[in-house]
Amino acid sequence: MGFYLAQLLTGLANASSLFLIASGLSIIFGVTRIVNFAHGSFYMLGAYLAYTLVTTLNGGILGYWFSVLVAALIVGGIGLLVELTILRRIYRAPELFQLVATFGVVLIVQDATLAIWGAEDLLGPRAPGLDRAVRLMGEPIPEYDLALIAIGPAVLAAIWLLFHRTRWGILVRAATQDREMVGALGVNQAWLFSAAFVLGSALAGLGGALQIPREAVSLQMDLSIIGEAFVVVVIGGMGSVTGAFVAAVLISVLNAFAILIFPQISIVLPFVVMAVVLIVRPYGLFGRPGSEHGGAEEPEQPLRLLDQKSTMVLLALVAVLGFSPAVVSDFTTILLVDVMVATLFAVSLHFMMGIGGMVSFGHAAYFGVGAYAAAMAVKLLGWGMLPAMALGPIAAALAAIFFGWFCVRLSGVYLAMLTMAAAQILWGVTFQWQDVTGGDDGILGVWPAKWAASDRVFFYVAFILCLGGIWVLRRVAHSPFGYTLRGIRDSRIRAEAIGVDTRFHQWMGFTLAGTLAGMAGAVFVFSKGSVFPDALSIGHSIDGLIMVLLGGIHALGGPVYGAMAMVLIEDWVSRLDYWRFIFGGIILTVVLLAPDGIAGGVRRLGQLVRRDAA
Amino acid sequence: MLEIDGLTARYGRAQILNGVSLTLGRNEVVALLGRNGAGKSTTMKSVMGLVRQTGGSIRHDGWEIRGRASHVICRAGIGYVPEDRRIFGELTVDENLEVGRRPAREGAPHWKTDHLFQLFPNLAERRRNLGKQLSGGEQQMLTIARTLMGNPSLVLLDEPSEGIAPVIVEQMANVISELKREGLSVLISEQNLHFAREVSDRAYIIEKGTMRYEGGFAELDANPDISTKYLAV
Repeated sequence: MGFYLAQLLTGLANASSLFLIASGLSIIFGVTRIVNFAHGSFYMLGAYLAYTLVTTLNGGILGYWFSVLVAALIVGGIGLLVELTILRRIYRAPELFQLVATFGVVLIVQDATLAIWGAEDLLGPRAPGLDRAVRLMGEPIPEYDLALIAIGPAVLAAIWLLFHRTRWGILVRAATQDREMVGALGVNQAWLFSAAFVLGSALAGLGGALQIPREAVSLQMDLSIIGEAFVVVVIGGMGSVTGAFVAAVLISVLNAFAILIFPQISIVLPFVVMAVVLIVRPYGLFGRPGSEHGGAEEPEQPLRLLDQKSTMVLLALVAVLGFSPAVVSDFTTILLVDVMVATLFAVSLHFMMGIGGMVSFGHAAYFGVGAYAAAMAVKLLGWGMLPAMALGPIAAALAAIFFGWFCVRLSGVYLAMLTMAAAQILWGVTFQWQDVTGGDDGILGVWPAKWAASDRVFFYVAFILCLGGIWVLRRVAHSPFGYTLRGIRDSRIRAEAIGVDTRFHQWMGFTLAGTLAGMAGAVFVFSKGSVFPDALSIGHSIDGLIMVLLGGIHALGGPVYGAMAMVLIEDWVSRLDYWRFIFGGIILTVVLLAPDGIAGGVRRLGQLVRRDAA
Repeated sequence: MLEIDGLTARYGRAQILNGVSLTLGRNEVVALLGRNGAGKSTTMKSVMGLVRQTGGSIRHDGWEIRGRASHVICRAGIGYVPEDRRIFGELTVDENLEVGRRPAREGAPHWKTDHLFQLFPNLAERRRNLGKQLSGGEQQMLTIARTLMGNPSLVLLDEPSEGIAPVIVEQMANVISELKREGLSVLISEQNLHFAREVSDRAYIIEKGTMRYEGGFAELDANPDISTKYLAV
């Protein structure tokens, strides 16, 4: 009995720290509608700052808690800086574009932390006065865990009072429902957003700072927590702090007991719980459908077929690409294959997001399934290259049919989160199922058939498959099916009113996008000769998102620009020290200079040049 | 008080306003009439800075407000009551009023909650209820009261009589007369000619984003073909 009590208390202590970070994320999303990937970075900074403060001050009980609070305040200040210098300039950009900016911040903070604190994990001191264990029913329980169990509800109560008993809190809650109206009633939204961002960041910093006696401070803290924090926010209902608390307790306690039965489950458990909750309650436990009155975004321009001149330019570029292996080095040929694979992946994600209106945070799942299916066909079934390559998209299609059926029942950020859950579950399976997938070691030695073994021949295989895939997606975007998808994207209710089966159309759009991502994966695995679980990871899904959003979601050419930029920049900077810092800086520069993505920037540049010429 | 001159606005590629001009004097109640989609709401939203305007000017007491942020426009003394009410459903009546509260302004009446609850007695009983628990008529009262908390000197009322019970419409007419007595200027957008005639001093008629008529109600009633042409459904 005592053992189970101990498990329960461990679960509750974990719940408190998870709640602190998730509550901040939820507040930021509720008010600003920003999906803040940098939230994990704020958490990590809180831990590093608290480590430095506690070890420098070395001031006993008072010094410890003082350091924790100061660390949280400093992180709040950093949050303010990020909001003022970056996010404030791009609130009018297309929805989710801010997400790219926050990812730029993630990269910069990672390298800045590395530069300041070094690569080694730091072991924090125990909390003075709370460094022992008490015995409850014969089991030792760390005192610090008990303190955390008290801190969680105390912070919840403080936030509740702040939100219900102060004018600022009432304004925040009002803005969560209808920010435009709050502005029309005389409230300067910009400062409301800043304040919400500061509070949210400070809570993340507090969560990180309180963590130092419990785990080593490391550079992996940011991305290891962010997935789980999102899950908690989504289960609770985005924007609901109470929901975040309930969800944090639910996840942490379930996890504390589930690992007793099935130790491997802890990687995927939060995502499974989230998937179940979202299927039953599409807006989370305490969430409500978002208001129609969000931002003041410009409606999108209709897609047009290319005019004759542009078509000629495009064909010329494709021809240049087709002849390039004859002139460029083998190294460049391989790089070009990478570009084509990334482009097909990005175009398939753009089809889903830009045409289908379904944002995906887990598109890499289908890329990875395609890659693994092809690799396993070679390794386990002994198939040749072409049949194995054909199996890739088929397997991805099946996975997309299965997960898509659930996902299209939701919309907006909730849909995005369910795609992420699906991807994370698939990643967990791949990672754990050592016998079949090779687990962390991946599958090695998947090389092209003899006739395609030279880099040049394989280039043409990739050329045909990737450009063929892109052509198919473009063709479908301009077909009646594509029109219908865009109609659903713009107004689901009106599409339903004229008799469109919206879910079925989105389901098929989802499946098509997944299938072609799988094709990109199949080409990828033969070009690299191996595949690892990170092909399905959240990180790879985010790469896809960055390519689509950075390229420009409102243009068919956007993902092409985005993928080229991503691969070429990565190829160039990843050889440098602190490449994340540079890459993050490039992302932020593009975001600030071209809030409509590279495609929009190029178009405006073209207009400028033409005006000058005229 | 308010002078709109040659205002144009578009939504995406659709031109909604093609040079709207309108003036409103101090302590005047003016009706802006027109069918659905004629441009009434867009005119009001343009004044409030809620849609992007492409040209023209909007002056309030001689000060150009076109292109300013809506909170600045509100603080200059313009109150906006949106057509679909947009009350905060998860906030109580008291909290909804708190969101609208602004400091007193010179030259405009200073509204306190007590005074507002006299004007809207139904709300007084429901102060602790959530906005979403109110009836349509009560919500309409709340959205006006919330705007008055900002102590405006000019109020934009977007279709106040739409979708509410006749007895509430009567109450609404009394409220508008009270606002005039308090010295406010009011611009009302309406489709209901009868209601507009009851509460306003004169009228404009808008159709396809352009003003088609400006004048008194007597003149309008003397030329029934005007209202048939622009207002009949």
